[in-house]
Amino acid sequence: MSTDAPPTEERLEADGTHEPATSDRRRSRTRMIAIVLAPLVLFALLLASGLGKDPRALPSELIGKPAPEFSLPRLDADGTIDSNDLSGQVVVLNFWASWCLPCRQEHDDLDAAWNRYRERGVVVLGVLFEDTPEGAMSFRQELGGDWPIADDPGSKTAIAYGVFGVPETFVIAPDGTIAAKTTGAVTYEWLTDEIEAALRKGNLE
Amino acid sequence: MSGRARSVALIAGAIVVVGLAALLASTRAGRTESLADRAHEIAAGLRCPVCLNLSVADSPSRLAGEMRSEIATRLRAGRSPEQIRAFFIDRYGEWILLEPPRRGLNWVPWAVPVVALVAGVAIWMTLIRRRRAGGEPEPAHPHPTRAERERIDRELADLQEPG
Repeated sequence: MSTDAPPTEERLEADGTHEPATSDRRRSRTRMIAIVLAPLVLFALLLASGLGKDPRALPSELIGKPAPEFSLPRLDADGTIDSNDLSGQVVVLNFWASWCLPCRQEHDDLDAAWNRYRERGVVVLGVLFEDTPEGAMSFRQELGGDWPIADDPGSKTAIAYGVFGVPETFVIAPDGTIAAKTTGAVTYEWLTDEIEAALRKGNLE
Repeated sequence: MSGRARSVALIAGAIVVVGLAALLASTRAGRTESLADRAHEIAAGLRCPVCLNLSVADSPSRLAGEMRSEIATRLRAGRSPEQIRAFFIDRYGEWILLEPPRRGLNWVPWAVPVVALVAGVAIWMTLIRRRRAGGEPEPAHPHPTRAERERIDRELADLQEPG
């Protein structure tokens, strides 16, 4: 479809000379290039602004909302661990797996926080994600730790908490709402800050 | 209406009719589909959390499989697809939706192709009309003026002289 020819011819007629024909053609060619390039440049800018972002770096939708309930079979002991039995306490809910490297990194930090706060109404609870109980137990034997760990059949609890991957750690305040969430290996500093804040919140009520 | 414009209008009309028929057929089919089909439809609209840019329906990951069974369980319990989608949005945010919900600034990706198509057709039609308005097509070789003809004769004569 050569729709740009007629206007050029019309203008050529009006001018009656040959000079403007080449400059007209050149002008229409630059216009065509601009028309093609403008959307491409816009698209490139859009990509540049979007690709630098981490699509998972989102604040949890659940902050400030009631923590989803759970009732999970324990791996380190018999019986189940129920969210209702933990109400009134600060719960550090840690989703983890034995195959996950950052879970090894954060292990000592979790252990330190657990030992510092276990007598002050704080429970650390490890919830297994996409892993076998055997894997979990050998991880435990290798790295130690004595906070409760539980299985999550069908990943129901992980889905209920909107877990993207492991590790993810939630802090549940004594009133049963989710106070904080972090993705990736948790640090002792983050844990102490969030646990202290949740404890203060609990004492105010 | 000229012949070209009429055929353009005909083609445009045919596209609209086929589109509407397809839309109608798809909604008609929606009424008789099984639970598995409905579960698949919901899963196809959700993004798998552990693998970027795969739907929950397409992902082979364990979490996606568990999300599919979660969807089926909820459908069996009588939940509507909207309620099930809302369940996942509450937990994962709108991130979980493969298509941005059509509201606010999210309308941009939906509107741009339509706007571009309409603008393109409008420009095309204008160009066709402008070309048509010119009436008879310009002769490929416009008649030379008297001065030009004289010059041509003179130069031809000059060319023939040395030969």
